Amino acid sequence: MTTWPILSVTTFLPLVGALIVYLSRGDDEASKRNSRWIALWTTLITFAVSVILVMRFDPGNADFQFVEKSAWLATGITYHMGVDGISLPLVILTTAIMPFCIIASWKAITNRVREYMMAFLILETLMIGTFSALDLVLFYLFFEGGLIPMFLIIGVWGGPRRVYASFKFFLYTLLGSVLMLLAIMALYWNGGTTDIPTLMHTAVPRSLQTWAWLAFFASFAVKMPMWPVHTWLPDAHVEAPTAGSVVLAAILLKMGGYGFLRFSLPMFPLASHDFAPLIFTMSAIAIIYTSLVALMQEDMKKLIAYSSVAHMGFVTMGIFAGTMQGVAGGMFQMISHGIVSGALFLCVGVVYDRLHTREIAAYGGLVNRMPLYALTFMVFTMANVGLPGTSGFVGEFMTLLGTFKVSIPTAFFATTGVILSAAYALWLYRKVVFGALVKPTLTSMKDLTLRECVILFPMIALTILFGVYPKPVLDMSAASVQQLVNNYNTAVTAVKAAALLQ
Amino acid sequence: MSITTAGYQLAPVLPELVLAIGAMALLMLGAYRGQGTTGTVTTLAVLLLIVVGVLEYMVPAGKQVTFGGSFIVDDFARFMKILALIGSTVTLILSTEFLADASRRIFEYAILVLLSTLGMMVLISAGDLISLYLGLELMSLALYVVAASNRDNAKSTEAGLKYFVLGALSSGMLLYGASLVYGFTGTVSFAGIATAATAANVGLVFGLVFLLAGLCFKVSAVPFHMWTPDVYEGAPTPVTAFFASAPKVAALAVFTRVTLTAFPGIVSQWQQILVFVAIASMVLGSFAAIGQSNIKRLMAYSSIGHMGFALVGLASGTVEGAQGVLMYIVIYVAMTLGSFSIILAMKRNGQAVEQISDFAGLSRTNPLLAFMFAMLLFSLAGIPPLAGFFAKWYVFVAAIKANLFTLAVIGVLSSVVGAYYYLTIVKTMYFDEPAGQVDPVRFEVKSVLAVAGLFNILFALFAGPVVSVASAAAKSLF
Repeated sequence: MTTWPILSVTTFLPLVGALIVYLSRGDDEASKRNSRWIALWTTLITFAVSVILVMRFDPGNADFQFVEKSAWLATGITYHMGVDGISLPLVILTTAIMPFCIIASWKAITNRVREYMMAFLILETLMIGTFSALDLVLFYLFFEGGLIPMFLIIGVWGGPRRVYASFKFFLYTLLGSVLMLLAIMALYWNGGTTDIPTLMHTAVPRSLQTWAWLAFFASFAVKMPMWPVHTWLPDAHVEAPTAGSVVLAAILLKMGGYGFLRFSLPMFPLASHDFAPLIFTMSAIAIIYTSLVALMQEDMKKLIAYSSVAHMGFVTMGIFAGTMQGVAGGMFQMISHGIVSGALFLCVGVVYDRLHTREIAAYGGLVNRMPLYALTFMVFTMANVGLPGTSGFVGEFMTLLGTFKVSIPTAFFATTGVILSAAYALWLYRKVVFGALVKPTLTSMKDLTLRECVILFPMIALTILFGVYPKPVLDMSAASVQQLVNNYNTAVTAVKAAALLQ
Repeated sequence: MSITTAGYQLAPVLPELVLAIGAMALLMLGAYRGQGTTGTVTTLAVLLLIVVGVLEYMVPAGKQVTFGGSFIVDDFARFMKILALIGSTVTLILSTEFLADASRRIFEYAILVLLSTLGMMVLISAGDLISLYLGLELMSLALYVVAASNRDNAKSTEAGLKYFVLGALSSGMLLYGASLVYGFTGTVSFAGIATAATAANVGLVFGLVFLLAGLCFKVSAVPFHMWTPDVYEGAPTPVTAFFASAPKVAALAVFTRVTLTAFPGIVSQWQQILVFVAIASMVLGSFAAIGQSNIKRLMAYSSIGHMGFALVGLASGTVEGAQGVLMYIVIYVAMTLGSFSIILAMKRNGQAVEQISDFAGLSRTNPLLAFMFAMLLFSLAGIPPLAGFFAKWYVFVAAIKANLFTLAVIGVLSSVVGAYYYLTIVKTMYFDEPAGQVDPVRFEVKSVLAVAGLFNILFALFAGPVVSVASAAAKSLF
């Protein structure tokens, strides 16, 4: 083991890149090109460094690895970083998606390119930091800090209703998070520290568990987003530029699920157990309701946004089932959804760049002009539906399996969502890709360019690879998930046994 | 020194003495040499403040009491005094352009700022009700005149008059409260009051309420905030920057000292008052700012809200709470001075512009200015990783420890409402079309902005040392 702080390097490399972009002044074409290249290289190097993390990661060890700790604020608040099997896949997802986002913005963003690239790079630092922080204050810093660049990305480079969408995104998320902040403070006084590994082993009184769980829930449920606090998501997705939607769907939504796994379950096991029925109900409603809503959408991005809410419903359901299959499935579903929904937004971006509309009705018969595109879009549509052989299937199946052991009605209702998702996804695909090519605006559409192939084909490969062979992801997280589930069940059984004795 | 007698050493008040003598010397200089010396006097005043700051920094550590207990120099006082001195120095630097105008060559401006600062230092070190009142009046009387320093402007004159009338009223209330406290405890010294006031009786509580009302007026906390928007809007912008920084430090310092050292026996009595005042200030500051179109008026409501947040720390009545107040005020001063330097920098064709709509598209006409302001606004809203987040963290963490959950929840919720109007300004700067070029920014404004802006953005990096200094200062009160 070498001693260089590999995790901090991964986290702060994009920030350095942002500074370099800042220094490349000028407003002409050359400096725009420079900004793009610097941003791309920064994200690629960051990805390369994060690959070292994977290679040196010991999947058999359930504890935090690559731990870095140094003094920061006084008394119990330190700069503490580290990853385990739950956070590392999400870190890799982040570093892997970012280069695609930069390439996807290559031609689409021509206005204020320098600021755009800086915003994305800063956002990357904050996202990686969120997943690798092992101190609650540090976590909150990264978690909330991400609001600033995302607010600007939606508001400056977004669509016609960007102001409304960006405000809604910002204030909704902030409202949830400030309550979590208070809970963090309460935990600080309870444990005398905000160190996450220490707090995981600190007993939290039952009443505090309930309140803290609710406060954390307020934040993560908005971020996830869960029904009924999901309404900011369709607005934000529709107005954000393509790459913004990709980051939002692929990574930012995962912060909610990550939060449940990292905080709610290990720190408040009793409250998690008590509130599991609530989560099950909300997840089942989310799956069915948002799928139905998705059926009614006329905007492609909005449809995918609603389908994201439905898929996140599977994640929350699996996590709070508290079984090995459920939690591992939720974990896998997050990674899979990160790839698939990101790719779907990129697919929408492809046609949007050509026609500048996302109205489903404006398209039809694209297969005649764009066969490659039709194929790509089909793979991701199938993955979204959860067709066996794609990564979408594995996650949904495992979460349903895990939930079935705990709550059969939830699993039953959630399964209907699988059918509904097939309905809306296939409907979208049919409307856009199949049919006769009659609309005159579409006759000059060009198929995927090389740049677009470079973005989409690796994602196809990953979708199918993880669909057929999910072992790499599952293995990486297995030990940590196992430990999490064991601790959770031990805590819950202990209380049940104590209740029986009385 | 040969003139010392027991309990009346002059060493602890050396910085104040230097400031007083220096201010009078500068007054002589200006009075004999005429208005042509405005620039010189201002420069010398800045130097004087820096010298006093250095002297204050060199005052030996530990608690020293002089003038028979009515003047206390401890870590807390040193901390607050240096902060107030920084606030005054920076505002004087920011005022140079205002004073350079031929119609406003008034050397008295710098002298008044010096005298007001002297008042603040006395106020911060006050150990009894007499020196409290002395410092408060010295500070306030100078402020009333400074508010009206733009003599030919009706609004500025109105601001000065309004401030004076309402300020006199609040001084009266404070004095009335002080007399009641004296009557029911038999002493004016804070230490004596603390020994006597162990149980609440009606007369004492009455006095306490009036005393706190007077102090609330000075920190512009609801329901004694009415003067703030008018005075902020009417006074010349550098003066507004002054009002928003140094006097707030002093007032909050004495607020903290009075409640924590004079009335520790009846915490529950003043805690309810502070909880109410804090909630009312935070809520009003957040909601009333939404409708504003003038940036200075908006900053007035913003400062009302911020004082509410600072009082959240004080309301907890613990050492953590005092530390929270200290952290809050440091960061608040930096954010305020940064924001006002941007408001000062906003000029079109030599004319200062003050409407929020004038900021439209600033991110394209002057990206650096817009970026700095956006960061300051996010910080004022309390978004991490900026300094404002840490300010809120330390006051709310104290409130949570003191089990003031209702206060904390209302506080953070109103900070979300507050975020809305800060975001509106960011939106104007970043999402809207440019409203025309802005003039190049003057050097001194640029440097203040750079320091305040970097402090704000990079605070997370050096938060540790600041926290430990604030913690030591807070402990010296207990």
